[in-house]
Amino acid sequence: MTDTASKPGQTEVWITGIGLATSLGEGLDANWAALAEKRINVDEKGFAPFIVHPLLPVSFDSQIPKKGDQRQMEAWQRIGVYAAGLALDSAGIKGNKDILSKIDMVVAAGGGERDLNVDTGVLTAEAKGANAPGFLNERLMSDLRPTLFLAQLSNLLAGNIAIVNGLGGTSRTFMGEEVAGADAARIALSRIASGESDIALVGGSHNGERKDLLVLYEFGDFNLKDKFAPVWARKDHAGFALGSAGAFLVLESKTHAEARGAKPYAKLSSVVTDLARRKQSGDMAATLEKLWGELPKRDGKGAIISGASGAEPATSEERDFLKKHADFPVRATGTMFGHTMETQFPLGIALAALSISRGALFPPNDSTGTEIEMQGAPTQIVVVGAGHWRGEGMALVEAVG
Amino acid sequence: MTAPRDKLGRPVVVVTGMGITTSLGAGKADNWSKLVAGESGIRTITRFPIDGLKTTMAGTVDFVSVDPFSSTGLSERMAELVTQEALEQAGIGAKGDFPGPLFLAVAPVEVEWPQRRELGRAVGKADFNYDDLLRISGGGKYNAYHHRFMFGSVAAHLAETFGTKGSPISLSTACASGATSIQLGVEAIRRGETDAALCVATDGTVNPEALVRFSLLSALSTQNDPPQAASRPFSKNRDGFVMAEGAGALVLESYEAATARGAKILGVIAGCGELTDSFHRTRSSPDGKPIIGCMNKTLADAGMTPDQIDHINAHGTATPENDKMEFNTTSAVFGDLAQKIPVTSNKSMVGHTISAAGAVEAIFSLLTLEHQRIPPTINYETPDPTILFNVVGNKARDARVTAVMSNSFGFGGQNASLILTREPA
Repeated sequence: MTDTASKPGQTEVWITGIGLATSLGEGLDANWAALAEKRINVDEKGFAPFIVHPLLPVSFDSQIPKKGDQRQMEAWQRIGVYAAGLALDSAGIKGNKDILSKIDMVVAAGGGERDLNVDTGVLTAEAKGANAPGFLNERLMSDLRPTLFLAQLSNLLAGNIAIVNGLGGTSRTFMGEEVAGADAARIALSRIASGESDIALVGGSHNGERKDLLVLYEFGDFNLKDKFAPVWARKDHAGFALGSAGAFLVLESKTHAEARGAKPYAKLSSVVTDLARRKQSGDMAATLEKLWGELPKRDGKGAIISGASGAEPATSEERDFLKKHADFPVRATGTMFGHTMETQFPLGIALAALSISRGALFPPNDSTGTEIEMQGAPTQIVVVGAGHWRGEGMALVEAVG
Repeated sequence: MTAPRDKLGRPVVVVTGMGITTSLGAGKADNWSKLVAGESGIRTITRFPIDGLKTTMAGTVDFVSVDPFSSTGLSERMAELVTQEALEQAGIGAKGDFPGPLFLAVAPVEVEWPQRRELGRAVGKADFNYDDLLRISGGGKYNAYHHRFMFGSVAAHLAETFGTKGSPISLSTACASGATSIQLGVEAIRRGETDAALCVATDGTVNPEALVRFSLLSALSTQNDPPQAASRPFSKNRDGFVMAEGAGALVLESYEAATARGAKILGVIAGCGELTDSFHRTRSSPDGKPIIGCMNKTLADAGMTPDQIDHINAHGTATPENDKMEFNTTSAVFGDLAQKIPVTSNKSMVGHTISAAGAVEAIFSLLTLEHQRIPPTINYETPDPTILFNVVGNKARDARVTAVMSNSFGFGGQNASLILTREPA
């Protein structure tokens, strides 16, 4: 067991693997190409009037070879297991039993989709007068698939990743919408930096093509309706467009990576999170400003990747914060990928690392002037993730060396 | 006077406050007296109709009221009560100003049937589909349901009420969640990020669909009559676990910080360990290696050897597979001692509090250390002849207890163990 008495932050933590499966495609090249071409994949009809960013279909067999495993999962888990597999591939540790048997996992997850036919079947029967005391029980006992529960349980995304890839370290699942993704990265980073862990798989996945989720967010009038617009251009037509995506990262201590000859995309220098009370206007922007101040000193060529969703008032508050740092080119992942909830923050870190490793920030995609062009290679990218309702997170991703 | 750091040079983590609610009652005093008296909190469910269910009993917490009722609302209310109790005992910080982070083990959150039914009725026609539900969901009428059914809502409420610092973490590692919340707190203190952490675990999910889900996986006992005799850990005629509700809260502090402010130390979290099983979604690897590894990691983390453990607070769910696996793996780690160390399962009385179990049982373990008395495993009438644990059957036992191992194993290959000790001499 490693001595954990050392001060946090002593060990440099590298991002050595990235796995992406999104509405723009799978893998780093496809996503990078789509970003460069400002391609956006939205479905305005399938869930009309709601707009979603559907997963660009992938062949799950390549990362989840057993059909039996695929059948035990719902879409959100399949997307996540797929992206996690890509991340392990990208880090060059797929099938490496020595490493996989000790890799630590911190997964940010919501829950699985419901069986809509069962739900509407019960409700319509009740509307037609079925009111025996045990009616719901009997219908659930006969109509629910026995294994559906396992496809709904939050920690079974991690469970399935472990089963499909043979992972045997620790496994923790964080819930709590957007900030769960930031806290997952924060805890994994501090565990590696302090020597508690050498290598970790961190990320999340989300299926945005779900009517049960649309109902949940419609309760709060958060869904984008009728017409797509970039995140920053939604002020008078607010809302988020749910997106499907899986984003996973392999985080590794520099020593561990060097020992196996792994190359970093970038280093993850810091992740900070908080819970603004959001009682009055300005609370959230103030918390973002506080987090900005907690990040290590930035003197390199910087940029910001924001997870702003388009929901209000959170997006306006974030814009107020960004205005104070208007010299930093900003990119909103919500415009291109939709709002992927727990996955948005890991996705932001992934895109930051990718931009640094490719020596360029991807182009702006915005009609309001919030996003400006960036010349040259970014060396420091701040990832901002503010929840549509609660939770704020920030990370600093930097070039190595 | 103890060294403020452990053998590995890390800050020693102690417990200075505890709060608990189970089907036995509210608070440590009530729970402990009923636990050592061998009382069961399992009863026939009255919260909702039980017609058509195979399992009709559970360890519900019916004395805590929540209006409008939801499982998440009950989880939140119980978490609030146990946190208040733990903070009063610890006397730390100020009201609404806890000087550290919150780690909350909570059941996954989802829209529940009462709210779904309300929506169904609001459609106003007999034939409808999901799009009709979606159409009437907006407009602000159900705004409160958005907040209620956010995964982070319980943690946000607790963080705001008790003034914990930073972003509260909501976590799920299935039946190991309570242990994981403690582990996260221990790690944060050991890393030196904080002097104190609030670890809370809560589960109020005895509702029709949750019961049906476990029932369909054949995980629940169906020995409904009498309900008090349903949960039979280590017995030959055990047939599954009994769902239950409850919550536990622990205030963790570095030994240094606790002694500096003159706090009473209730016990030490000497070791934590965790190891993932990638064999199957609901079953343990037949060779038991992940559980064996988990216990060994925990011993190593505590810097202890098996002979230093003098009591095991077992996961002991009373499912046929778990109890057998737990004995086999414990034997692999402890050798002959596995048949000598007194073992008990609190689940025989309070049922399986799922997400809360790890914390609830850690608190019972600490109370065992305090009282030097091991609560019984009730309903132990017909011992399973293949499980040769020294089970504290049916009657509480006085014993010299200096170190307890508490185990939690969950769906999704989640294994976590804790070692709890008295304040070191």
